[in-house]
Amino acid sequence: MKTNGRWMCVGSQTGIPVREGRMADVGGHEIAVFNLGDRAVAVENRCPHRGGPLSDGIVAGDTVVCPLHAWKICFSTGSVLRPAEMACVSTYPTRVQDGYIYVSLPIEASQEAAPSPGPMPAPAADTPPASGIGCV
Amino acid sequence: MSFRIAPLFLQKDGFVSSISRFAPCEPAAAAPSSELICGEVDRVEKLIVVGNGMAGIGCVEQILKHAPKFEITVFGDETYANYNRILLSSVLAGEKQADEIVLNELSWYRRHGIALRLGVRVVSIDLTAKTVQGNDGSVTPFDKLILATGSSPFIPPMEGLERDGVFVFRTLDDTRSLIERSRPGMRAAVIGGGLLGLEAARGLQVQGCDVSVIHLMDSLMERQLDATGSAMLAAQMRRMGIDVLLGRSTTAILGNGHVEGLRFKDGSSLDAEMVVIAAGIRPNAALARDAGLTVNRGIVVDDYLETSHPDVYAVGECVEHRGVCYGLVAPLLEQGKVLAATITGNRGQAFEAALPAAKLKIMGVEVFSAGQWDETKDPALEVVRYEDPSQGLYKKLVLHDGRLTGFILVGDTQESPRYLDWLKSGRDLSAKRRHILFPPPVEDAGIDIARIAESETVCGCMGVTKGEIIRAVHEKGIGTMAQLKECTRASTGCGSCTALCRQLLKTVVPDFEEETRKVLCKCVPFAEETLREMVRSQQLRSVHEVLEIYGNGAGCEICKPALSYMLDMVWCGDHEEDRSARFINDRVHANIQKDGSFSVVPRMRGGVTSAAELRKIADAADKYNVRMVKITGSQRIDLLGVAKADLPRIWADLGMPSGQAYTKGVRMVKTCVGAEFCRFGVQDSTSAGIELERRLENLFTPHKVKMGVVGCPRNCAEATVKDIGLVGQEGSWQVVVGGAAGKKVRKADLLVTVESTEGALEAAAIFFQYYREHANYMERTYDFIERVGIDRVRKETVYAPAEQRQALLERLRKAKNLSRDAWLERDAPRTAAQFIPIQALEGAIQ
Repeated sequence: MKTNGRWMCVGSQTGIPVREGRMADVGGHEIAVFNLGDRAVAVENRCPHRGGPLSDGIVAGDTVVCPLHAWKICFSTGSVLRPAEMACVSTYPTRVQDGYIYVSLPIEASQEAAPSPGPMPAPAADTPPASGIGCV
Repeated sequence: MSFRIAPLFLQKDGFVSSISRFAPCEPAAAAPSSELICGEVDRVEKLIVVGNGMAGIGCVEQILKHAPKFEITVFGDETYANYNRILLSSVLAGEKQADEIVLNELSWYRRHGIALRLGVRVVSIDLTAKTVQGNDGSVTPFDKLILATGSSPFIPPMEGLERDGVFVFRTLDDTRSLIERSRPGMRAAVIGGGLLGLEAARGLQVQGCDVSVIHLMDSLMERQLDATGSAMLAAQMRRMGIDVLLGRSTTAILGNGHVEGLRFKDGSSLDAEMVVIAAGIRPNAALARDAGLTVNRGIVVDDYLETSHPDVYAVGECVEHRGVCYGLVAPLLEQGKVLAATITGNRGQAFEAALPAAKLKIMGVEVFSAGQWDETKDPALEVVRYEDPSQGLYKKLVLHDGRLTGFILVGDTQESPRYLDWLKSGRDLSAKRRHILFPPPVEDAGIDIARIAESETVCGCMGVTKGEIIRAVHEKGIGTMAQLKECTRASTGCGSCTALCRQLLKTVVPDFEEETRKVLCKCVPFAEETLREMVRSQQLRSVHEVLEIYGNGAGCEICKPALSYMLDMVWCGDHEEDRSARFINDRVHANIQKDGSFSVVPRMRGGVTSAAELRKIADAADKYNVRMVKITGSQRIDLLGVAKADLPRIWADLGMPSGQAYTKGVRMVKTCVGAEFCRFGVQDSTSAGIELERRLENLFTPHKVKMGVVGCPRNCAEATVKDIGLVGQEGSWQVVVGGAAGKKVRKADLLVTVESTEGALEAAAIFFQYYREHANYMERTYDFIERVGIDRVRKETVYAPAEQRQALLERLRKAKNLSRDAWLERDAPRTAAQFIPIQALEGAIQ
């Protein structure tokens, strides 16, 4: 797993209720960060289907269900578990230290990061995401 | 012939089950009378079956297939028709009602002319006179006798067995006693960590008890599992909240009259208010022994189930065959087949030593074990293994010379039919060694079904193959699960093949229809009605608690919102609200749109607004760059395209309450102008509509509730196609319910006609609360009414006794008092980041 080694803090773990997600702007990337109680996870905040905000989804075990059309995304692999589509979202290494959640960006992502924190240009739904880790 | 059905079987939870029960001393169905055989050369032989359980009746079913000339009498000391003993644990766990586990209805006995002597215990057999004597004093002659006396719980010697609160778990009556005695918070101890003990423990936990399992050996189910499998099982039981104590020998049940605890050999003790002994079973062989038949541990039989007396046979758990007593259903039914052939003069296949196979039926703890799985027994045995302790998964296949000799599955038993088939057929697996643990993935279940060989057993309990099911469909026109059960007996055992059978029928039967009884979802596989009872009786107040105790611990987008609603409804709002279990709309009180923005619909009671309100709406639309302002079909105004972060501010600027346009709750009351302005109006529909909305607003419902009030039968606000409608007429109101003008168009049913406006509002409120309490989640009023019937709805709402109506209104009042305008969270957000996105900062860690 190649990361740029920079850990970005996305706030205290208690700031996100257990089993809920929040959208975080991490160096210009729109990332969905979830507090699963015993750990935190982070995935790209865009459903591969129609770009739905995964941070607003319902957590179901190790997955999140997109609020728009109920696509089911696996936190561990980023892949779509339902429907049977070969698609996935990027996942980001996450750690919790001293009660704060940190997310690490991949090398390419931090280099590409836009200087201004405006919204990231959205990739077309049918092309693989340009950044992130774990999307195979 | 007279059948007397005793009073209905009333269960602890107040549910009435209609299982038929005989008065014990009632002489039951008369056998075909003697004049039938007068003058016949072939005398009809009298066959007596002692034992009305699965083995005895299973054998009788097989005998009937041979079309024999027997006059059959069955004695059963329990007072129920033959039921499925394997499923008692499901009854205890609330997954099934007692009447659902009946295998042979009383009509079945009647149809086949079988005399059923229920509640009569056979106390002696006279082999010389060839008669049996019952404990009712009756003496009945036989030509042939089948002993199917089953087994009894083994009670290890210990002090204090006589104390009140000591139970066994063997019969429906035992199960009933356990359900009656257990109560939430009670400390229960189960002695025995085998199949039955673990199932009893889980059942008691579902009844709300705080359960410990005490096992003599160092590992659970040691006869079915190796050390790894046992350890995973124990971990899983503990994770579910059941305490597991291993290597403990119980020496005494403590207490003073009532059970207060257990003492163990090592001197330690355990508090308990209730003790269930499930330490194994012992064949009931005393009757045979006293009669002079050869008996060791069980009644000794040969390969044709013949005892030491030429006219006496034995079958089931009471039998000892080649030194082995069987306690699992599949070999016992196999014995029944062999015996049926023997006794009807069609002696064919012999009963051979059966394959040991066992399955634990606890939701969320799947265990299957079969054959010789202990590789240490023989150096020639090879092991193929997969282990994932964090997921609780364990698979072990033991092979000899490329053929499967046994296997253990923990955590996932889906593959068991395939492995059992390999085990029974002794197929050479050398060619598919790479795929024996994990088959190559298949695209859909249909293909999965197609992959099953015709010879493969689908129902292991009843020994039904895929081929037999397909033949039943083609030759006998089987089309439903009920018919399949009736015809082939498939899925009437432990029930774990039900999904597979259903899938098979779906694939083979062109117009297969699912049965109506539905569970909420596979995370919590109970009917919603049952769950509501459980939530109430077990005092559960959070979604997570329900999922931990009755479900898989995780939940999904189907069950979490449903449970959220259920808890809110059952506790009238006095529950632990868990927003993570709610759909996003109910976390931020707005309706998510396709681009992730939200729509905002303020409440506008009765569709009546004012110039001042409209000005505020216009200003807000400008200020927050609302992309579209839309008049909705519900006489309200929708502001579309609002960012999540702006929601609290726009609500504050509007200063209007939430219209609940985003939730399964009270949407609106649409009204016409009514008597105040309209020249045709006969009732004041706007005032009535505003009042109706005010009384019900802010409450949640199983699905959205749209209402309408019209001031005359011209029905301008379309009240007759609303969930609840008030139709004004000269001097009275018609209250109508269950109308629809969406995906489905349905004219509402008349609930009641009342004179006063107050009466109409009250009738609407009574129905509203009744719908809240009885409908399933996501069930609109019109589906609900079609399911239960308007007559029943009327009888249980507006025509119910006064105290019942008052109780509905009282619960509604309580819920209403605790409800609040969701948009007030603008000033008091539940969490700091409820509406606001996070801005990441450069981290401080390495």
